[in-house]
Amino acid sequence: MITNMEKQAKAYEIMTNNKDLNLKATELRLGLPGSESPEREVVVHGSAIKILVAGAKRGFSDAINGGYGVGLVKNGGQETDVLVTPKPALLEKKTQVSDKLNGQSSSPAPKQQVVGWPPIRSFRKNTMAVSHTKNKEEDDPKIGSGCLYVKVSMDGAPYLRKVDLEIYSCYLDLSSALEKMFSCFTIGQYGSQEVRTREGLSETRLMDLLHGSEYVLTYEDKDGDWMLVGDVPWDMFIASCKRLRIMKSSDAIGLAPRAMEKSRNRTEPNNE
Amino acid sequence: MFPEEVLEHVFSFLTSHTDRNSVSLVCKTWYEMERWCRKRVFIGNCYAVNPKVIIKRFPEVKGVELKGKPHFADFNLVPEGWGGFVWPWVVEFAKGYPWLEEIRLKRMVVSDECLEIVAKSFSKFRVLVLESCDGFSTDGLASIASHCRNLRVLDLRECEVEELSGHWLSHFPDSFTSLEVLNIACLGSEVSFSALERLVARSPKLKTLRLNRTVPLEKLSTLLQRAPQLIDFGTGSYSAEIRSDVYSSLKDAFSSCKNLKSLSGFWDVTPAYLPVVHSVCSQLTSLNLSYASTQSPELTKIRLVVLDCIEDTGLNTVSMTCKDLRELVVFPSEPFVGDAEVQLTEQGLVSVSQGCSKLQSVLYFCRQMSNSALISISKNRPNLTCFRLCIIEPTVPDYLTLEPLDVGFGSIVENCKQLTRLSMSGLLTDRVFEYIGTHAKNLDMLSIAFAGDSDLGLHHVLSGCDSLRKLEIRDCPFGDKALLANASKLEKMRSLWMSSCLVSFGACKLLGQKMPGLNVEVIDERENLNSLPEYAPVE
Repeated sequence: MITNMEKQAKAYEIMTNNKDLNLKATELRLGLPGSESPEREVVVHGSAIKILVAGAKRGFSDAINGGYGVGLVKNGGQETDVLVTPKPALLEKKTQVSDKLNGQSSSPAPKQQVVGWPPIRSFRKNTMAVSHTKNKEEDDPKIGSGCLYVKVSMDGAPYLRKVDLEIYSCYLDLSSALEKMFSCFTIGQYGSQEVRTREGLSETRLMDLLHGSEYVLTYEDKDGDWMLVGDVPWDMFIASCKRLRIMKSSDAIGLAPRAMEKSRNRTEPNNE
Repeated sequence: MFPEEVLEHVFSFLTSHTDRNSVSLVCKTWYEMERWCRKRVFIGNCYAVNPKVIIKRFPEVKGVELKGKPHFADFNLVPEGWGGFVWPWVVEFAKGYPWLEEIRLKRMVVSDECLEIVAKSFSKFRVLVLESCDGFSTDGLASIASHCRNLRVLDLRECEVEELSGHWLSHFPDSFTSLEVLNIACLGSEVSFSALERLVARSPKLKTLRLNRTVPLEKLSTLLQRAPQLIDFGTGSYSAEIRSDVYSSLKDAFSSCKNLKSLSGFWDVTPAYLPVVHSVCSQLTSLNLSYASTQSPELTKIRLVVLDCIEDTGLNTVSMTCKDLRELVVFPSEPFVGDAEVQLTEQGLVSVSQGCSKLQSVLYFCRQMSNSALISISKNRPNLTCFRLCIIEPTVPDYLTLEPLDVGFGSIVENCKQLTRLSMSGLLTDRVFEYIGTHAKNLDMLSIAFAGDSDLGLHHVLSGCDSLRKLEIRDCPFGDKALLANASKLEKMRSLWMSSCLVSFGACKLLGQKMPGLNVEVIDERENLNSLPEYAPVE
């Protein structure tokens, strides 16, 4: 890895020694043709390694001491610093779009949604989503097709992410998206189990999950309580979820009894 | 050579940052003089310089303005925890600027501890403007309220605040009467209405009051009666049962606001209550109905912000009635639905460009566009300074000819010679960048997405746009060549953002090595892509 980059850096130096760089396709070959993107080798998945760029350092002590790891890439004996931070997942798939607002019987074709497009602030998107809910309460109690960003934190990770709950249609979708964002977290058991049962999680199954994986996915609901994700139907979940937290399973054991109780209360018939 | 006192007096008339920066470059004497009398400093990129350097150079500063995260952070493209922390600045200011009066921050992370330091360190503190900031809670606001005896402005513009309690407002002491601006529109939870009412009642200088959504319509007249001197008012949730007593008291309250120039808010509108506003419409210069999904714009103003529910017909009305319109913003009501029900097309924008001769700034979301429409717009309105068009579906061509929109945007840059800001969308090839590089000599900020064919596109922009300072690019096939070939240009810019392009890690490192004055940062991802935000040093 290092030798490759060393070679490439040297190649650049030779070719770019001439200060007047003319852009002629035939002359310059500055790109890295077909080689593996080197940044993969530099960064460790799941954690943020921050390495500073040669010349001007970004960030003062906050960036370095704010819980981030610091690493250096040695390039032929000389420390080359490149600042590297984790990036949010780019593509979020919308597998199901329901056109509740227009009251049409046929839904528009599902769109593959790209992060950050169209360029509208989450503030506005969240506000509009709630607006539509309020306006259409008589017709449809569910949250309208819009967007609902919630924060996702993970114990031990130095950064938060935001996910748009509206674009997922089930726990499996959500869990796989989160898995990509926080790759050391596995929710495999969750997804498959959620498909099997309808009534909610049994006590033994909860224990299985908790013992099975290192982390569990929890959420804060509208009442401010922390619940295990997966104990209520999906629609109810997205209507009440305020934020998500990937918690160490050892910390989450205490949630199980409360989740069970609430789950039992919720399965009793009441108005949504 | 003028004596120093004369020069100093002359400099005191210079308020623009660019002017002051230019002046300080003339000679050493002017540099020295200017730095001692600079009262307000603007730092467009908080990573461009160390706060200690600023404090050392400008010892007499009273107001600071700082910007942190890149613009695309607004659209979720920057990971949380990336940076933009104001903490190191506040700590230094507390030491170096004890008489600091004003702090304005945009896209920065502000903690409660920061707010506490601000509240306790600056006895003359008057103005706090936080735009698109996050990281603090209502506890931080309580600190500000408790300690800033001379506060005049508390302006929270679209911030994300952790709302622990609505009682922070009560922390303003009874003796506190200096408030001029209060903007809490971004708060989602209830604030104590009685505290709010008492605060408004004892603030005779209050000019701007922007409420949050939780303040019900029924209570608006109470507040307006206490503040008939308001110039800028933002309602809360504008919906209620239709009751004549509520209607008439609100109408009277609005009528008594003789100085009202700007209205906003209007969440969840009950259309029946909108006419209440008509009495003040003729004096309004700005009307923001962007949370109101209704169509009712027969109101003269200078700045109009609406949803696409206004439709082409509504915009046609605007073009005929709003002859003083300077700025038009049309947001989409349903951005994620493929086919919209609303009849808003390129026609609406063309009408407004025809009828509103003073139109300078446009932000327009729509679903279809044509080259001919763009050409018409450019010919109708050569005085445009800001043109931001977002066609909701990426890479959509001219819907009439199915050609790229190169010629249309080319016409915009060619005819609108004063254009300083441009955002493009739709199907675009390298050709549009050639037009931009050739004609857009005054362009300061350019936003590009899903456009271009090759590095040539980027090369045209970087080599041709003489005034370019901010460039943000996403999902374009631009790689290393143009970037490295125009490396020296980057030093003259404030920032460059590239995400999901074809820039290699090696090029980033090379850039960092070759241009020591630049901050080069790579934000990692898992797929085979690169992101590159880049910061040129300030001035």
